[in-house]
Amino acid sequence: MSLAELSALPLETTASILGVNADTALEHRLQALGFRVGKQISVIRKAWLGGPLHVRIGTTEVIMRRCDARSIQVQPN
Amino acid sequence: MANSINCNKCNSDGSPLLDVTSTAGLKQIAVLGMPNTGKSTFFNRLTGANASVGNWPGITVDLMAAKIKLGQQETQVVDLPGIYDLRGFSEDEEVVRKFLESNPVHLVIIILNAAQLDRQISLALQIKHIGLPALLLLNMADEAPKFGVQIEPESIARHLEMPVVQMSAKYGQGYAQARNSIVAQLGRQSEPMLAGKIDKNLVTDAEFATEMGALLQDGFHVSAEFKETITTKIDRVLLHPVFGLPIFFGLMYLMFQMVYTIGKPLQDGLNSGVEWFKTAAVEPALSFLPKFPHDLLIDGLYGGMATVAAFLPVIWIFFICMAIVEDSGYLSRSAYLMDAFMERLGLDGRSFVMSLMGFGCNVPAIMGLRVMRSPALRLLSMLVIPFSLCSARLNVFIFMTTALFNANVAPLVLFSLYLFSFAAAILTAFIFKGKYPNQEPLILELPPYRFPTVRQMLLRAWSETKHFLRFSWRFIIFGVVAIWLCNNLPTNVEPASAGTISGEIGRALQPILGPIGINPKLSVALIFGFIAKEIVLGGLAVIYATKQDAGLAGAIAKEIDWVQAYSFMLFTLLYVPCLSTVAVIKAESKSIKFAVMGVLWSLVLAWSASFIFYQGARLLGF
Ligand SMILES: Nc1nc2c(ncn2[C@@H]2O[C@H](COP(=O)(O)OP(=O)(O)OP(=O)(O)O)[C@@H](O)[C@H]2O)c(=O)[nH]1
Repeated sequence: MSLAELSALPLETTASILGVNADTALEHRLQALGFRVGKQISVIRKAWLGGPLHVRIGTTEVIMRRCDARSIQVQPN
Repeated sequence: MANSINCNKCNSDGSPLLDVTSTAGLKQIAVLGMPNTGKSTFFNRLTGANASVGNWPGITVDLMAAKIKLGQQETQVVDLPGIYDLRGFSEDEEVVRKFLESNPVHLVIIILNAAQLDRQISLALQIKHIGLPALLLLNMADEAPKFGVQIEPESIARHLEMPVVQMSAKYGQGYAQARNSIVAQLGRQSEPMLAGKIDKNLVTDAEFATEMGALLQDGFHVSAEFKETITTKIDRVLLHPVFGLPIFFGLMYLMFQMVYTIGKPLQDGLNSGVEWFKTAAVEPALSFLPKFPHDLLIDGLYGGMATVAAFLPVIWIFFICMAIVEDSGYLSRSAYLMDAFMERLGLDGRSFVMSLMGFGCNVPAIMGLRVMRSPALRLLSMLVIPFSLCSARLNVFIFMTTALFNANVAPLVLFSLYLFSFAAAILTAFIFKGKYPNQEPLILELPPYRFPTVRQMLLRAWSETKHFLRFSWRFIIFGVVAIWLCNNLPTNVEPASAGTISGEIGRALQPILGPIGINPKLSVALIFGFIAKEIVLGGLAVIYATKQDAGLAGAIAKEIDWVQAYSFMLFTLLYVPCLSTVAVIKAESKSIKFAVMGVLWSLVLAWSASFIFYQGARLLGF
């Protein structure tokens, strides 16, 4: 598969992060939560009605809105 | 020493202020860490939960600090807010940066979650680059193996050039070693150090990433297989797309039901104890006084305070439950479940979590909004949170529902008030969302499910009860005595009759409060309830004790019916939160206009809701 935005990654598919394309504040926060280039990431579940994504990155689990997940480019393995 | 700390303003919740005048010879420790890594748990263990609030040069918020003896050394330990990144832009991050730039320290204790070291280590690396004397505690060592994480503290220590100790702040493993290590470090550092301009001392992202990679390669190993944990199993149920929300509301209902079921008998017991003490000790002791001061002290002061004191058990149990909910990690799950809905209201999952916290007390919930950066989102949340049915209001409602409804329906009535509380919040967000648009990202960690230790629960319940006492005593005494005086002045008329001050006030307000079924007597309690909702109850006790000797519940039940009572409760639920809430709203929004607008809106909403309910019920023949 080719590269994609995290928001479009199918459930339970592992991907590696290619880049984060957000403003500085969000970028720092994402880095501190473990979103760094090369890290493995997967989407565990998506809330209904366009709700947030439940994402696992390393041993950390976070929820994030789909619109924010759009700023993360991934390459499915 | 360069940093003389001055702190002479009285802290708003009345906690003792730190004596920070004599910092000479005192060693300074700052505790730093990422959010939710167990910083407070460690701080409480280290300082024996004896911290007080103080303020520091360079920053505007109060921080917790404690003086303790470490080895032979008198030491002051300051608990900094949990942060992700020293370069960050959030208010907390700004606070930590300013603190380190303006307050020299002998040691920075960094606390990170061992299981998530792969990302959290960045904070320790930043401290290394800044060059402050530091020590790293890898907390939650008990949880790390469950994630398949293995750590080599020695190699990490080599990379960071600081001591590294694994420990569990919650259960105590490794704590003794951590403490020894702190004492030893402190002994080596005779002069305190100041962080230079922090931004200047950090390296580029690329260099940083390389350094972090090398460190993790040597000291952090995680098994390649993802390990299915209990948390992932529970999440499959609790975050279920269909069942998640019903389960959530069911659990909330159970919790409030439990507070009610356990709290009520305790409350009754305490009430009879207080009554017994009055007849056995207080009345004989005061019998020498003339009638007016005698009644003022007994019916006004003692009666009012006793009713309020009887609610301590409920508050206590409520916060035992809150300790479990907060510690469990379920709150951030509820943010996940509710965000789609909250987003449509112009809010986000965090506003929902803070509203839930508001069910304990609105004041800390509003202060908790600081984690959001968007001012619009904060303002909108500030309008919404005051409708959360806080424990002070709960006291009034538990009392009135037991007085006026039979034991089978009382919990349902109470639950309906919770639904109204949600409805008011939703309506408010819906109406005002256009005025406060925001685009704040929502990114929240989901910690593994945890259960607090008994010690943690007791500590939480105890500190909240203490806080309630300290915080409300002045208000309550003032309010209850004022109500008594209104009811008994002038002295030449029958107490609580139309001729007294309260009779006059009640009559003057009848055009407004009459249509919602609130009689002149209840009006006075409502007015003073503006100061604090606890006064409503103490006030009722005073108002109704003047005539009848039967219990307060019986006395009220004789004078008003359930429709009036429900209308009164609706009004109490929705109108102006207490004075303290208004004060923090003003402080946090930095706008009197905004605070006044919030107050007016709540009054309009309260009146309209009660009016529709009362007139509707009467029309239907109730
Ligand atoms: N398993 C485990 N849990 C811990 C440990 N230390 C703290 N916790 C739990 O971790 C959670 C967070 O602890 P806190 O002490 O409130 O964390 P904090 O870092 O002060 O959090 P903030 O107030 O958000 O900065 C709580 O549920 C604690 O009970 C530990 O050593 N092991």
